[in-house]
Amino acid sequence: MKVNGNERAVPAEGTVLSLLKELGHDPQRVAVEKNGTIIPRAQFAEEKLTDADHLEVVCFVGGG
Amino acid sequence: MILTKEQLHDALVERHGTDIQAKLDKACVGIAGLGGLGSNLAIFLARLGVGHLILVDFDVVDITNLNRQHYTMKDLGIPKTLALVEQLEAINPYLTYETYTERVVPSNVERLFSGCDVVVEAFDKPDQKAMLLENLLTRLPEKPVVSGSGMAGYGSANLIKTEKRFGHVYLCGDGTSDVADGLGLMAPRVAVCSAHEGTMVLRLLIGETEP
Repeated sequence: MKVNGNERAVPAEGTVLSLLKELGHDPQRVAVEKNGTIIPRAQFAEEKLTDADHLEVVCFVGGG
Repeated sequence: MILTKEQLHDALVERHGTDIQAKLDKACVGIAGLGGLGSNLAIFLARLGVGHLILVDFDVVDITNLNRQHYTMKDLGIPKTLALVEQLEAINPYLTYETYTERVVPSNVERLFSGCDVVVEAFDKPDQKAMLLENLLTRLPEKPVVSGSGMAGYGSANLIKTEKRFGHVYLCGDGTSDVADGLGLMAPRVAVCSAHEGTMVLRLLIGETEP
C-alpha cells in the first residue's frame, strides 16, 4: 500500500488505527484520507486496509 | 478622519487592481479560532477588503495571548470576537463582520461555515485542528480549507511553507514545531504562518489553486 506516496506493508492487524500506531501517530491528532475519501476518526478501528490502498495522513502539532 | 466607503474602496482598487478587488469584495472567508493565527489573519483579510468575514472563537483575551495575538491590554477579559471586530472596524468599517462567540463542534460546522468560499482552521490544540478538518471534509466536502500546523519556537522562518493535501486542503507551517515539545509560541513565526494562510486565502479567492 502507499502512505503519503511512500510504499509500505499493510500492518498485521490491517486497520487504519493499527497503521497509525505503527507510524507513531496519535489518532486524535490526524486526518486520514483513503483512496480520496476522508475516513472519520470513529471508523479508524474498523477501516480495513489492503495492498491496493492509497492513504494520505495529515498530522497536526500544537500551536496557533 | 473617516474615509467614505467609496474613498476607501478606490484606494484598494488603486493598489490591488479592479478585477482582483471585485473578487475580494464579494468573497466570504470563515476563520475558526482567533488566536495567534486567526487574529493576524483577520487583520490581513480586512486590509485586503475581503467583503465578508465569519469570525468564530469561544474564548476571551487572556494575558498569555498578548505575546503573539493581535490584541492589547485593554482587551483583557473581552471575547476575542468583539475585541477583534473593534480593530477590523477601524481598518475597514464597510466590510461585513459576522461573529460567533461559541465553540466549534461537529454539529455546528455546517451552520457556521457553509456560506464561506474558504474556511481557515486557526485553532491552537492539535486534536481540535484534526476535528475541524475531518468535519469540514465530511460535511462540506467541496470547501477549500486552509490550515496551520507547526509554527512554535524560533526556528528559521524559511521552514514554514504551504502544502496542498487531500485535493483542496492547504497546510501552512513547518509541520513539526510542537508546543508540546516545550517550544513557546512567539510572535514572528506565528505571524509568518498566519501570512502563509492569508496569502493562500488570497490566491484561492483570485482563482489560483496551487500553493
